[in-house]
Amino acid sequence: MNSLYYQKRLSRNIGDKFFTSLSVLCALIAILPLIFLVTYILIKGGSQITPELFTLEPNPPGDDLDAGGINPALIGTLIITTIASIIAIPVGVGGGIYLAEYSKGGAFSRFIRFGVNVLAGVPSIIAGVFIYALIVSTKILFGSMYSGLAGGMALSILMLPTVIKTTDEGLKLVPNELRYASLGVGASMYATILKVTLPSAFRSIATGVVLGIARAAGETAPLIFTALFSYYYIVGIEDLFYEMGSLAVLIYNFALEPYDAQNKLAWAASFILVLSILLVNIFSRILAAFTEKTKRV
Amino acid sequence: MEEKLTLFKNRKRFGIEKNIDIIFKNTALVLSSFVAIILLGIILVVFFQSFESFSRYGLKFLVTSEWNPVKDEYGAFTAIYGTLVTSFLSLLITIPLGVGTAIFITEDFVPKVVREIIGSFVELLAAIPSVVLGLWAIFVMEPFFRAFFVFLHNVFGWIPLFSTEPTGRNSLLAILILVVMLLPIVTSIARDSLNQVPKKLRNAAYGIGASRWKTIFSVILPAALSGIMAGVLLALGRAMGETMAVTMIIGNSNAFSWSLLSPGYTISSMLANQFGEADGSQVSSLFYAAFVLMILSLVVNIFAQWLVKRFSLKY
Repeated sequence: MNSLYYQKRLSRNIGDKFFTSLSVLCALIAILPLIFLVTYILIKGGSQITPELFTLEPNPPGDDLDAGGINPALIGTLIITTIASIIAIPVGVGGGIYLAEYSKGGAFSRFIRFGVNVLAGVPSIIAGVFIYALIVSTKILFGSMYSGLAGGMALSILMLPTVIKTTDEGLKLVPNELRYASLGVGASMYATILKVTLPSAFRSIATGVVLGIARAAGETAPLIFTALFSYYYIVGIEDLFYEMGSLAVLIYNFALEPYDAQNKLAWAASFILVLSILLVNIFSRILAAFTEKTKRV
Repeated sequence: MEEKLTLFKNRKRFGIEKNIDIIFKNTALVLSSFVAIILLGIILVVFFQSFESFSRYGLKFLVTSEWNPVKDEYGAFTAIYGTLVTSFLSLLITIPLGVGTAIFITEDFVPKVVREIIGSFVELLAAIPSVVLGLWAIFVMEPFFRAFFVFLHNVFGWIPLFSTEPTGRNSLLAILILVVMLLPIVTSIARDSLNQVPKKLRNAAYGIGASRWKTIFSVILPAALSGIMAGVLLALGRAMGETMAVTMIIGNSNAFSWSLLSPGYTISSMLANQFGEADGSQVSSLFYAAFVLMILSLVVNIFAQWLVKRFSLKY
């Protein structure tokens, strides 16, 4: 009869208690620094936010008066990520369409899918080195060396695998009946893809692409010797061919400055960068969860 | 009525539409092969740029640690050693923490809502840019750990790993910030593979009287092992290539030291530091180092993919 009751002293029960507390401990050790990190960035960075931050140029480090603002870096990040998206989204969506719609399980698609995974694992600084060798040092872009355009290209290499993967996977989820129906009423393949499959996979592709863009916006390593950094306002289209600042590189440069004013600017830039990336992430998660719910009904 | 029927009968696809179809397919084909072209381009460009240095220093480059642009002597041993040590040691700390956390959020210790919040919070953290982590490491982590490092040196100073007096930035801090970076990756992949283990296995183990942790250790973890291993390898690849956070906190010194409490170097931090202002044969040597880094991460990544294919769960 005794064996039917829970016995605390049994070695299996003691062992269970021990390992349970161990895993709780692991979770605590893992999560606490992460919570500290986020709250610290939000509080420390958020306290530096002023209206001038968004309108002024950063002052060159050295005079320990006022650090100025981050306007050129903010605009630079927007421009560089836009350039990267303009390159990576068409190439990636087109490539994903080929993988999912034309070459479904063939040797070619297996090879490309393998390549996509390998490219996703290439260290981001290697992408910078590659663009440096290909574009910056050869001055192939109308004689300009370091430029926002080169930085955008380096980022596009990092975005490309994400875009292809999400397109490929989003299209694979579209039920085949839709394709049969469209082809059955006489639509050609391209019309089927453009008017039936792509629109029905649009939301999942868009979510993945937006997450990819958010990721790219925080990348620093590919920019430090392609786009370099600039202290000056971006005024015209010709600025694309010169050094261009970005939030990420600003954080890197100013974190290593010995002056307090510059360090504060780095915190402010981190706040803006982290907040926008987190918001994009949370928003697309909510959107994804919402569409999943409506689909089930 | 009559008209409409003939319309259906005689309607043929125009030649132009057929051409569009073919053009569309071929454009997609070209776009998808861009991936292969870029990958091949990266490998070839980095290899050919490093060729000068490769032919001059050969494999000696990998085992000497002289890095002297004035005398034109280059060897990347310190950086290669730093890359391997920081990534492996950080992984050694991350694996138990990450897998333990993953078990915690896949078992029913706490209500599902709490577990889901923890899970998505951890995933969100993977999105924080590494340069921000570097900033945090410089201004928060380094002061926080300073006293601990002094204690470590005083007590364990006789071990070569802790033999130098801690002075600000060092390799151990780089390892710790890598742990913060890798935790979200390992935890979320381990959680996914634990979730994929079929419920039947758990029920069967409980049914024959296994306790909860007996079930976890003997049934669930072995079933999820391949997925967890692949996640660990992906994290290893990330750790090797990680640049910004490490560059900002490792101290960037090419002087070789066994001690983790002295400033160090990794290949990627060397690239980040020197690439902008290098010229002559230094550039070629940096490309050589970049080539080594690329080969390391390619091997790890390809091995991870092979592992996933070879040992993926089949139930």
